[in-house]
Amino acid sequence: MWPEAARIRVFMPFPGVEVPHLCAQCDDYPCVASCPTEPKALSVDAQTEAVIVNEALCISCGNCIKACPGTIPFLHPATNKAVICDLCGGDPECVKVCVEAGYNALRLVEERVGQQKKLHALNPQIIAEDLAVNLYGEKGEEVL
Amino acid sequence: MSRGYAGKWLDVDLTQETIDEITFPEKTLRQYIGGRGLAAKVLWDRLGTQWADVDPLGPQNVLTILTGPLTAIHPGTRICVSGKSPISNGVVGSTASSEFAAELKCAGYDGLLISGKASSPVYLLVTDDGAEIRDAAHLWGKVAEDTLKILNQEVAAELTRRKSEVGLWKEPAMVYIGPAGENLVRNAAVVTKLVHAAGYGGYGAVMGSKNLKAVAAKGRGPLPEVAAPKTVEILWREYHRRLIAMDRMRRWGTGYAGWETGAVTSSEPVRNWQEEWHDERSMAGPRYSSRFWVKAYWADFNCSRSCMKISCIKSGRWKGDITDMPDYELEAYCGTNLGLFDPGDNIHISALIDNLGMSGINTANTLGFAAELYQRGILTEEDLGFALEWGDAEAFTKLAWLIVNREKIGDVLAEGTYRAAQKISEMKGVDVMPYAVHVKGIEIGAHGTRSNEDYTKDMCYAASTQGGDHTSVVRDAYNDMGTVFMDSAVVCMFCVVQDLVWDYARAVTGWDITQHTWSTEQGPRIQTLQRALLLLGGPDVFWDPDTDDDNPPRFYEPLPTGPYKGRTTDAAVVEQNKQDYFSAIGWDARGIPTTQTLERLDLQDLEAVMKPLRK
Repeated sequence: MWPEAARIRVFMPFPGVEVPHLCAQCDDYPCVASCPTEPKALSVDAQTEAVIVNEALCISCGNCIKACPGTIPFLHPATNKAVICDLCGGDPECVKVCVEAGYNALRLVEERVGQQKKLHALNPQIIAEDLAVNLYGEKGEEVL
Repeated sequence: MSRGYAGKWLDVDLTQETIDEITFPEKTLRQYIGGRGLAAKVLWDRLGTQWADVDPLGPQNVLTILTGPLTAIHPGTRICVSGKSPISNGVVGSTASSEFAAELKCAGYDGLLISGKASSPVYLLVTDDGAEIRDAAHLWGKVAEDTLKILNQEVAAELTRRKSEVGLWKEPAMVYIGPAGENLVRNAAVVTKLVHAAGYGGYGAVMGSKNLKAVAAKGRGPLPEVAAPKTVEILWREYHRRLIAMDRMRRWGTGYAGWETGAVTSSEPVRNWQEEWHDERSMAGPRYSSRFWVKAYWADFNCSRSCMKISCIKSGRWKGDITDMPDYELEAYCGTNLGLFDPGDNIHISALIDNLGMSGINTANTLGFAAELYQRGILTEEDLGFALEWGDAEAFTKLAWLIVNREKIGDVLAEGTYRAAQKISEMKGVDVMPYAVHVKGIEIGAHGTRSNEDYTKDMCYAASTQGGDHTSVVRDAYNDMGTVFMDSAVVCMFCVVQDLVWDYARAVTGWDITQHTWSTEQGPRIQTLQRALLLLGGPDVFWDPDTDDDNPPRFYEPLPTGPYKGRTTDAAVVEQNKQDYFSAIGWDARGIPTTQTLERLDLQDLEAVMKPLRK
């Protein structure tokens, strides 16, 4: 197991305030646009529309991290190459394991228009501050 | 290196400000595994024959913060804190659930051994690049919530400053102390997250005595490799399948017991154990979940149980209090034991004690002890500064603050129930020891022996090397060795699947561990070493095996109420079962390990210190 190499990282800046942090699948791909290599290390998979990292081309510059509105990509602890959720080629392991585990919190849905996925690309600290108030009321204003 | 281990430990001397990376020989790891077992071994090796002279709150004591080979790999991630206990003067393996253990292993370390005393408040930061001592002056005096907030932000900012190109740094995980540990309250806990505490043993006070506010860890590496990865994966899936099916535990945590242990098994402390029965249906379930739970399923890293629930009080006089559940132990100790039967009051006292960094079980035992002395007119308003009636949450709040600040009678009560009883007996000229519910200084967990209907029977505390610790009770010197394993492999007792755990241990370590080998070799070895160090005791308290291997007097009073009214613990059964236990583990009739046992368990170097204790 390697939590810091996982494409889904769970931040918890205050106990109980857990923020799963993973690619929101923006439609306009600011990370891909920011990739400086030629050809680009980041590309869009024609089938899944997920971002694919070509590790051989990645120069670990971190541009994609800065370009992401949620600062979601990170460099792999061992390879130092960019890590972005690739939807496991369209059959995501996270969904399979969640269902197998009996939680059924994740499911695969068809792409629909107007989902405004980009709005979900947020820094975990911002999400946590909102969640803290949602959970703890006024006290939540103080804990982060 | 053996599988399951990161393979390195940090040896920190806070006086010399040195940090060394050390390893242990494979033989030591096979014999003691980690956590509680390895702690006892390290403490004996380092403090050895001077044991009785070592002040648990002095710089010579070694605070151990250890994982085990199964930690974070087996469901139920915990950290084991130990050292010479300022409460029992022996060694207590005290564990708490925490991501800290996983972060430590991911950073490449299996644990820390911390000796000496820093010249001013410090904290330790452990990362993949090693460990460092950092200033904690700005954290000293801070309660749990503030400590977490400041340290989480500070460490994440510092790691980002050092290495920003890798992306966002996740917050560290940490163990820390509150004001109680700083003020050397003997039952101060080593706290982690907000409300998870290694409470038994008083190791928060040991941290405080070293001027050590916290240890924070952030690792980016993988967890250690295991000997048989495919087997571990199969076992993990089977574990999960079984754990998640245990619906009552998953839905209610241990909190369902707040009513049941009182009303059904009649073994719950009520008003300092004057009774063990109540039928207050407010003390569990819907009265907590409907009004206070903001998260019904909460778990630590790699836990399929989700037995924790988060309570938050959003209105009224205790607005802003946050705690987990409370679990059964704190429903009892911070509730019924204080005559408090209102869930809001119970959550408030639990949250307060957590926030101050005290052990909820042990400190609340002392609160109840004080209230009984007030009831009997032995402690007065003059001693306290206020009236201390059962059920008065405001008064217990004030008393908790007196203890943590060591003010007025709080300074005496901060010594723990046993030592406070000694002092108050002297102060008042009345023997108050009959009201002190402890074994070997360790206040007894919230499961009584008198009704004989709970899992806690006759000598289960009296003969235990961890005294009143309800997670380490003894029975037959074979089946009870499982708790020693959980504390040494450092996994959560609620996540262990009995018929699979030994397979799990073999698959992770590659060693030939079975229930039989553990229960006849490693388990007895660790218990025997703990027993020896408990008997050596000192310097302020020495236990007498002729009188102290027994229950507190209250456990021999007949139950005054409830379905088992009139029942009490049978002293003859206690004595008989204690003798059977001593005999089974290889100790003499007074519980002193025999020469042959020491030789059999490769503990022959204890012979010189055990010989003078034998008659």
